[in-house]
Amino acid sequence: MTHAIEVRGLTRRFGSFTAVDAITFDVNEGEVFGFLGANGAGKTTAIKMLIGLLAPTSGEATVAGCDVVRESDEVRRHIGYMSQRFSLYEDLTVRENITLYGGIYGLTDEAIRDRGKALLAALHLEKMADERVAALPLGWKQKLAFSVALLHEPAVVFLDEPTGGVDPITRRQFWEMIYAAAARGTTVFVTTHYLDEAEYCDRVSIMVDGRIAAMGTPQQLKQDHGVATLDELFVRLARPTAAAHG
Amino acid sequence: MSDAAPLVVEGLTRRFGATVALEDVSFEVRPAELFGLVGPDGGGKTTLFRILTTLLLPDAGSARVLGLDVVGDMWAIRARVGYMPGRFSLYPDLSVEENLRFFASVFGTSIEEGYSIIAPIYRQIEPFRGRRAGALSGGMKQKLALSCALVHRPDILLLDEPTTGVDAVSRREFWELLAELKASGLTIVVSTPYMDEADRCDRVALVQLGRILAIDVPSAIGARFPAPLFAVRGGDRQALIRALREYPHALSVFPFGDELHYSDARRTASPDGIAADVRGYLATKGIEGTVEAIAPGIEDTFMALMGAPPEAAA
Amino acid sequence: MADTPRHGSRGSALTAFMVKELRHILRDRQTLLVLLLLPLAMVVLFGFALRSDVNDIRVVFVDPNPDYATTALRARFAGNGRFEVAGTAPTIATVEPLFRRGDADIAIVFEPGFAGHLAEGTPARLLLVSDASDPNTGTTMQAYASAVIAAYQAELGVPGRAVQIVPVTRMRYNPTLASANLFVPGLIALVLTLVTALMTAISLSREKERGTLEVLLVSPLKPWQIIVGKVLPYLLLAFANVATALVAAWGIFHVPFRGSLVFLLLASTLYAMVGLALGVMIASVTNSQRAAMIGAMAGTMLPNLLLSGMIFPIASLPGWMHPLTFIVPARWFIVISRGIMLKGAGIGELWPSLAVLLGMLFVLMFGAIRSFKPRLA
Repeated sequence: MTHAIEVRGLTRRFGSFTAVDAITFDVNEGEVFGFLGANGAGKTTAIKMLIGLLAPTSGEATVAGCDVVRESDEVRRHIGYMSQRFSLYEDLTVRENITLYGGIYGLTDEAIRDRGKALLAALHLEKMADERVAALPLGWKQKLAFSVALLHEPAVVFLDEPTGGVDPITRRQFWEMIYAAAARGTTVFVTTHYLDEAEYCDRVSIMVDGRIAAMGTPQQLKQDHGVATLDELFVRLARPTAAAHG
Repeated sequence: MSDAAPLVVEGLTRRFGATVALEDVSFEVRPAELFGLVGPDGGGKTTLFRILTTLLLPDAGSARVLGLDVVGDMWAIRARVGYMPGRFSLYPDLSVEENLRFFASVFGTSIEEGYSIIAPIYRQIEPFRGRRAGALSGGMKQKLALSCALVHRPDILLLDEPTTGVDAVSRREFWELLAELKASGLTIVVSTPYMDEADRCDRVALVQLGRILAIDVPSAIGARFPAPLFAVRGGDRQALIRALREYPHALSVFPFGDELHYSDARRTASPDGIAADVRGYLATKGIEGTVEAIAPGIEDTFMALMGAPPEAAA
Repeated sequence: MADTPRHGSRGSALTAFMVKELRHILRDRQTLLVLLLLPLAMVVLFGFALRSDVNDIRVVFVDPNPDYATTALRARFAGNGRFEVAGTAPTIATVEPLFRRGDADIAIVFEPGFAGHLAEGTPARLLLVSDASDPNTGTTMQAYASAVIAAYQAELGVPGRAVQIVPVTRMRYNPTLASANLFVPGLIALVLTLVTALMTAISLSREKERGTLEVLLVSPLKPWQIIVGKVLPYLLLAFANVATALVAAWGIFHVPFRGSLVFLLLASTLYAMVGLALGVMIASVTNSQRAAMIGAMAGTMLPNLLLSGMIFPIASLPGWMHPLTFIVPARWFIVISRGIMLKGAGIGELWPSLAVLLGMLFVLMFGAIRSFKPRLA
């Protein structure tokens, strides 16, 4: 089986500070992979390198078969991205956002039309298609942003804390959308602060101080470390260093 | 007696144009209580805090903080509350110590005078006191913001989403600090979108779309759950969810970490009976599952009480 | 994943992006208004201001022994649309205060026995003194006056008899017609506006954006304390800037300094406080740093550049614009700064401009404190 993401010794230094310290792991196609870590553990830096926003100091990584350094343009064509801080343009309408991202990813007008229609139908947003995104409640914005990130059918989609602040029912609806995407073959690479969501992933990794301190299926990890929840495991791994950090 | 209550809110309503941010909100906080306002974004928690800290005027209803009216006694209230607005408002280009010293002086006090009350928190960041606040991690910023809100020895603490955007470890540490403060007699009102944090409060108000769904001690909130609740495990999660949703008696089916929470629509059946039925049903679908009766938690109750998520057609 | 043939024309990504940007621009109504109207206003203003002709030149006559020639010449000036007779002065010494106050632009001094000289065919002299604090208008006014005189001379001319009127010209306050003398006093005003209005507006709105303002409000700090605390450091900065500008003006450009330094610093402080009050008001009514910046630029910098006389002499502006210049604080400050630096004027001559600035300060401070609300809404 080919890997959707392959990371070998990926490292990033800022001056004398090593944010990401030679991490190595693989993510399988169609997997829902939870990338966890405390603030400052190097999570965000690692993701930025994988999506081509930051160059690694050393090491390599391929995403969707393309090298993140040498073929970063190709990588961008094959991935989708959604973060909590920004997802869609608030002063554009739902439809305009769809058309925009479709255009940016080079879809034909026909494809944009067809996929856009399907997207709106799946989310039951047909009536709001010409309303500005700013008018949607938060949960809908997030769901819409996720769908738009998938519009061009990327091989891998990166989700950066996609469910922050959203009500518990919508959170779960969001995760059902994630499962549906994974079932279609999209690899989902997600970070989250909700540790119950970590349990929804096929596999999970926990970063501490720039290194991967644990990785495996939720079941495996809990068994190996003798804990009942991933929350407990997280605290156990991250706590000793939390006091030393600035 | 109501007058001794550090916080009394009655029928508070506030609109912004066509949006109703708060609708007829009423509750009371007792002295030295750790009171939680739990609910997702857009629920009106921040609006409520702004009214309590006299930054906004209500459209209807009243609120009394420390026995003072939020409308008429603005300055008296402002001198005695400790407020931490969302996204910890600190000065990123000032150092930890400079931030603290500034906020102390604004209240006419000093770090030395307030040290004893902020010590358990400040001690954790004191080694970094020369560092610019902008260079701190989320957890450290949180602690600094809390110190700044406490240094003038307020009579009540109002913290608006202090744990948002911070990792699980820092969140735990923060709540431990709050417990210590409460033990020293301070009344604390905190808002949070994280349901699991609600369990750490003395009492909790579930807030959704400007209304209070329920107020009670965390253990009693579960009692508001309308039906028997079960934890179901077994095999592939997706298949399990699908199967349960097709079950004719299913009331709600939601994933909860590595298990599913299933509630049944039948009122007359016994929990054991239901469990057996469900197990049997799953077997017909080829799923070997365990079904166990559990006590509903805060998140379960919240989801049951909130009804459908906000409609897209606003 | 099968790669279905779905990619559109190569330009479609770029087009999509440009369409998005266009939508952003069109939907941000406030900024759009400013971006469309402001250039229009500037074009109109520049169009009118960028004229080299000068109008309403106020001329003062010193004519101790009036005769038919001096009277006739004076009448020519009175009848000329470009000139405005500001009055007569008994001696040349009494003209000086008029210049200092800015009440006269040109003085014409007739030598005694003017007509007599003309009759004898000897040169009849008159002294033409222009206020050349603005060297451009100085020369222009000079030229116009000379033209009127030459025209009269031509009238008098009888074939065969030479008539000479010899104007002796003086460029008052700026004999070398140095442009720096024009610009530097105005530059001080510009620098002060920048540091005060712009910086205060940005600083206050940044506090709003960051959210720290909320915490400050929920404290015993009264609004005026917040304002003064924010604003005072910029006043000190403004002071430092004035000092630097003066040193540069004197050291590098050799701009004369004929008046009282203390007076100039006091006036600068006054003007700076006006700017600070403006900055506070702008920040109170805007919601973001960006809006505050645009507001400060449009509300202070632009009027200062165009309407204060800093670059374009007010005399060059069309008549209907003159009242507009009255509400620009910099206009009054420039009268003071030029008066002090170039003409050695003192408080006796400049008190009207000072009074106007003081009045503006009170109005704006009142406005600033009223507009800064202790509540968010």
